[in-house]
Amino acid sequence: MLAKRIIPCLDVRDGRVVKGVQFRNHEDVGDILELAMRYRDEGADELVFYDITASVDDRTVSPEWISLISSEIDIPFCVAGGIDSVEAAGARLSAGADKISVNSPALARPELIDELVAAFGTQCIVVGIDSFEDAQNGKSVYRVKSHTGDPDKMRETGREMIPWAKEVIERGCGEIVLNCMNQDGVRQGYDIPQLAALRENCPVPLIASGGAGAVSHFKDVFEQANVDGALAASVFHKSIIAIPDLKQSLKDSGIEIRL
Amino acid sequence: MSLVIIDTGCANLSSVKFAFERLGAKPEISDDFGVIRGAARLVLPGVGAAPYAMNNIKEKNLLEIIRTARQPLMGICLGMQLLFDTLEEGGEVIDGLGLIPGHVGTLDTKDLPSPHMGWNQLHPLADTSLLAGIETGDYAYFVHSYGAPLSQYTLAACNYGSPFTAVARKDNVMGCQFHPERSSKVGAQILKNFLELEL
Repeated sequence: MLAKRIIPCLDVRDGRVVKGVQFRNHEDVGDILELAMRYRDEGADELVFYDITASVDDRTVSPEWISLISSEIDIPFCVAGGIDSVEAAGARLSAGADKISVNSPALARPELIDELVAAFGTQCIVVGIDSFEDAQNGKSVYRVKSHTGDPDKMRETGREMIPWAKEVIERGCGEIVLNCMNQDGVRQGYDIPQLAALRENCPVPLIASGGAGAVSHFKDVFEQANVDGALAASVFHKSIIAIPDLKQSLKDSGIEIRL
Repeated sequence: MSLVIIDTGCANLSSVKFAFERLGAKPEISDDFGVIRGAARLVLPGVGAAPYAMNNIKEKNLLEIIRTARQPLMGICLGMQLLFDTLEEGGEVIDGLGLIPGHVGTLDTKDLPSPHMGWNQLHPLADTSLLAGIETGDYAYFVHSYGAPLSQYTLAACNYGSPFTAVARKDNVMGCQFHPERSSKVGAQILKNFLELEL
């Protein structure tokens, strides 16, 4: 059986791992390689590195640190942040990243997804979606935001989450990471209704992001939203949840987990 | 003993190189005819689209040297799929290297998400040196949408919607559908077995 994935997310800014609350007020939580090796040793199934300043500052992730991670780490990892061309993606994959994830540049120019898929194949192209729940005429709407790395540069896209997800799947992306912004960093649990709504429309692997604060949140999101993986940052960086304990507990409750 | 990673122009060459370096080997990445011919062991990595990789192999004039290799040759992921007779990609069927009989088709995942992405369990079917130390249920990291059906050349199976070949071997030619370079201790064990394998 395919195991559900536990994915620590390392937000990278200026070569350090940082973490904000609802995408704001970033604090330093450690060295990239040190944290990556710690998570590998603890049994993380995959790692995601988001260079959260890349899109807003119009610069790209350094392939050098990707090589460093790749030489030390024997689990898969995905690199995100400011990848806006086949060349930028190719440089990161050649440096040793297994997958690349695009977000703001794909919103600015959706054909980017088709180009990346044509060049590297569906299997290594991930699309990250930052979704903010808003009320409109008493109904909730999931609005897609871009440039979320800096609150001053964050933009409305005029897009809604599910139609955008359907479009990126149609364009060939191999996996979606849904960041539910209302939950990000506040540790009150994943947004199960939103993730379950996307799951029904998502034939590619789906990764939940935003809101993990307790072991039960992971159990809930796997059981109730049937996601393929759960991404979290602060609970791991701050050792609120230890990955070996989390994985054992999930396995004990009957969820397919690699120990 | 020289280990050469064949440069197919695909993107995951350095991860494969790093994985062998972690085992103390000194792999060389090359598309040079003489270097490949003189290697003690060959690795054929690959990610992405099959037609692109096959075209690269042809354009680099490496088709014959790979087809006639006598040393242990391991294909990884797409590199493994290229070892078979024919491959499907986007509705087309192209010729592979023809080193292992069989056809690589679209993986029938039933109602499960596709691509097959993540850690899935190996089921060794044969007691073989390549899989020494690998137990039924050990996890390896897979990322693919196509696969080879089970056959007499299957050394280990995996199941995702339907069963498919996770590890294949015919004579000196072998392949892993998963990424051993990204499969933690299980992957490292298989790469180590490959380095120690005697024909």
